Amino acid sequence: MAWRDSRRNYSRLLLFVSSIVLGIAALVAIYSLGYNLRENIDSQAAELLGADLELSDNQPPNDKMTTLMDSLKGQKSKEMSFASMIYFPKNSGTRLAQIRALEGDFPYYGTLETEPISAAKEFRTKQAALVDQTLMLQYQAQVGDSIKVGEMTFEIVGILKKAPGQTGIAATVAPSVYIPLSFLEKTKLAQKGSRIVYRYYYKFAPKTNIEALVKKIEPKLETENYSFRTVESQKEDTGRSFRDLTRFLSLVGFIALLLGCVGVASAIHIYIREKINSIAILRCLGVKASQAFLIYLLQISGIGLLGSLLGAALGVGIQQFLPIVLKDFLPFELTTSLSFTAIGQGVLLGVIISNLFALLSLISIRKISSLNVLRASYEPSGLGKDPLKWLVYALILAFVFGFTWLQMKRWTDAVAFTVGVTFAFLLLLGMSILLMWLVRRFFPASWSYLSRQGMANLYRPNNQTAILMVSIGLGTMFICTLLFVQNLLLERIKLSTDGDQPNMVLFDIQTPQKQAVTELVKSQKLPILQDVPIVTMRLEQLNGQTSTEALKDSTNKRWRGLFSREYRVTFRDSLISTEKVVKGKWVSQVKDVSQPVPISLEDGYAERNTIAIGDTLLFNVQGMMLTTVVASLRDVDWAGVQTNFLVLFPKGVLEEAPQFHVLLTHVPNTTVSAQFQQAMVRQFPNVSMVDLGLILTVLDDISAKIGFVIRFMAGFSILTGLIVLIASVLISKYQRIQESILLRTLGASRRQILIITALEYLFLGTLAAFTGILLALIGSWALATFNFEMAFNPILWPVGVVFLTVTFLTVFIGLANSWGILSRSPLEVLRQDV
Amino acid sequence: MANILQLEHVAKVYRSGNRELKVLDDINFSVEAGATLSIVGPSGSGKTTLLGLCAGLDRATSGSVELNGIRLNNLNEDQLADVRNRYVGFIFQNFQLLPTLTALENVMVPLELRGEKNIKSRALDLLDKVGLAERGHHYPTQLSGGEQQRVSLARAFSNQPQILFADEPTGNLDAETSEKVEKLLFDLNKEAGTTLILVTHNLELAAKTQRIIRIKGGKVID
Repeated sequence: MAWRDSRRNYSRLLLFVSSIVLGIAALVAIYSLGYNLRENIDSQAAELLGADLELSDNQPPNDKMTTLMDSLKGQKSKEMSFASMIYFPKNSGTRLAQIRALEGDFPYYGTLETEPISAAKEFRTKQAALVDQTLMLQYQAQVGDSIKVGEMTFEIVGILKKAPGQTGIAATVAPSVYIPLSFLEKTKLAQKGSRIVYRYYYKFAPKTNIEALVKKIEPKLETENYSFRTVESQKEDTGRSFRDLTRFLSLVGFIALLLGCVGVASAIHIYIREKINSIAILRCLGVKASQAFLIYLLQISGIGLLGSLLGAALGVGIQQFLPIVLKDFLPFELTTSLSFTAIGQGVLLGVIISNLFALLSLISIRKISSLNVLRASYEPSGLGKDPLKWLVYALILAFVFGFTWLQMKRWTDAVAFTVGVTFAFLLLLGMSILLMWLVRRFFPASWSYLSRQGMANLYRPNNQTAILMVSIGLGTMFICTLLFVQNLLLERIKLSTDGDQPNMVLFDIQTPQKQAVTELVKSQKLPILQDVPIVTMRLEQLNGQTSTEALKDSTNKRWRGLFSREYRVTFRDSLISTEKVVKGKWVSQVKDVSQPVPISLEDGYAERNTIAIGDTLLFNVQGMMLTTVVASLRDVDWAGVQTNFLVLFPKGVLEEAPQFHVLLTHVPNTTVSAQFQQAMVRQFPNVSMVDLGLILTVLDDISAKIGFVIRFMAGFSILTGLIVLIASVLISKYQRIQESILLRTLGASRRQILIITALEYLFLGTLAAFTGILLALIGSWALATFNFEMAFNPILWPVGVVFLTVTFLTVFIGLANSWGILSRSPLEVLRQDV
Repeated sequence: MANILQLEHVAKVYRSGNRELKVLDDINFSVEAGATLSIVGPSGSGKTTLLGLCAGLDRATSGSVELNGIRLNNLNEDQLADVRNRYVGFIFQNFQLLPTLTALENVMVPLELRGEKNIKSRALDLLDKVGLAERGHHYPTQLSGGEQQRVSLARAFSNQPQILFADEPTGNLDAETSEKVEKLLFDLNKEAGTTLILVTHNLELAAKTQRIIRIKGGKVID
């Protein structure tokens, strides 16, 4: 019966499920990507690390470590990496880059991808460098040109296209320059205070049990604060990062699916209303309520399965494009293959969720009485109070929660997502109901008939206004929020350097250089806005507990890096404008250094590591132990080009400790900035500089790349919104055909019908786009006010473009799908079966 | 009196693939202005098709249809719509009110399509005549079947048509309501001096018109 009843409705039923096709496609594509990533990580983990074992620290190895390292049998490479200025003599270009001084044959697995290929070997044997392709492009450098690193000039023998484990994003943030380690000393960049990371790469003989080896040396590594990575740990780390990425993406895809399901629910609602007579006849013929319900449940399940299969097929197609979309985030070549598990998951999800949403209308079938045959206007009572309807709502919420929990594995995240999504949907739905109410309440009676009719159509029987408002509004909200947040981040940095605020940082200045650097800055007519001494230290004990004890303590919830990180601290006798004491008392000067030194910690850092006022911290200041006590906690504003510190010492303690300096200045424009940087690099090649222009360029580039991925995923929701729009227009066509034919009969011209239809979609598109933008504005304002604590000044022209595009698309789709109505003969008004 | 409607050798043929179905064949009749006429016949006899051709809702395959001196055969859709708006009023079996408009707004539609101003009082006057002056702000779903048909009557007369076409105007109403609607129809028609053409199965209703045309198998038999 279900099959026979659906025969004349195939096209309409397919239309219903077209809304979920894209959502399923997105999920199948992302699930498949997840499986492909796992397979690729498993097969390419060694190439990601480039070695069997990597040991690293930001201190040179001491005697114990050297002995340990020497005891490891196998091939060994050494790398010292740090940030430094580079200088292209050809065009005087300067920039901060990541210098990697390499010795040995690393990588042992995979390659340094270079152009020409021979450069990967050639640079190791002479005074030569490999330069990242982003730098080469930026400074229009060519192979054969020179690059100055510190006090040495190297010949560029090749362009570095890819290094093991490096992503496109990493290359944007810190483009690499490889030089031979043997030349590092001559660059004079490896000085005290230079933030150098020491890495040692090992390749062991085949069949070596690396895990057992690591287990054996691990306690010693922990004691010496050395980090290690193996192929297995690399697999886990990379896998974890991409699991997080695919989880996030699958949630974005799930939103598209939910949006589609709201479309399904709305379409099924109309379908069932139109089927009331057929169902009533069946009931007259003796069909039980449960049987009638089952007939339509089977129809929807069948069509839901078909839609899910179509979605899965499309998802397999989209899967082929995801590696291109994500190429900047992938540290390896991603090969795609068909994942039947992913397809199965997607199809199952589609069938369950389309049925759940369809159930909202399907359960009303139980209430359709045979009386409807006798009186078409017979309305069963109490439909809205059907307790089963609430059960279906509960099931939907439970399903959304369950799905999210399966993705995130954390119930707090699942609750937050479920509440967030429900809130966004309800808010848009509420806005649409409010707008319809406002239109009815304040109907513009003085407008022309065509405008009034177009507007009145928004609340015609079986109207699709709410669903269209939700789908178009959500899509618009996605795009605009993205625009606003992207702009907020850039504005935040720009604002922080307005006027005479610092916009350039000079760091790694050695104490003997300080005077000369200051003079150079002044000679360029630039101000010294801050001169900050930096002392590096490590934490040895916290309240008497060492790092080894902390690691063994299972109740310890503190950050693992608490002990292994290098602390860069300063000392002052006063607080600066970006910080204020929120707890305890700030001590500005110390006279008796035999007592624990009262220090100040950043409050967030203290909170994360459960450190309270009065706790004692034992620091190792380059060999000298210094006991401190937490005297105060500070709230620090990290925004802008400023030096801020997690740990702040008072005056009177660290003055004689080995230190280096950071200077902050303000350059008025890019020309002065370039001249100043060139002069600095020529005289003080070890001093690094970061200017706002560079930060902005990098941030712009990164946000564009992230934005592309988010836009791609949000595209599914937007496209689903468009499909829901098309489906809704087609589904409500029956009603509009009747109206248009009647108007034609009463003497309306084609032009008048066209105007009424266009106005209806113009109102709809305008209101939906406006609501979406309004919600995005509210959300972004809240983010700016409460999170970034800055004034929210949205740039309006892109929003205007989005508004016009969304409105135009809505009108275009509405008109395109209504075009056939205009050619219908008015004679049909006399026939019942329009 | 001059003829307001004149049909000469009118035929209507529907084509379905290679098959031809002749619904109307050689129809000839004329109607004087102000006259009342019924078209009666069994189901499938071609009554509704004939009404559609007379009212300019459809075009004849051959022959000529002239309404108020205008030959309809060669007019395009918009020109036909303009003729309907100027000279024709309609009443349908299933009322055909626009669900998004109130009763008053439904009555105003033909005048608004014509671009006329200050029409509210005329529409209210018509609603008053059909006894629904107090229900003007109600939507069709808030009205009974009889009330909806009375709104439809008011709408049909709102543009002061020369000729009124009614397709089974009481077909969806009970006997008592039918009687009231019939009375209103004839009273309003008489008052306005409009030509009335009725399509009905109801011979009692047909008998109230001055003339009856019987149709069977697409041909006028009487």
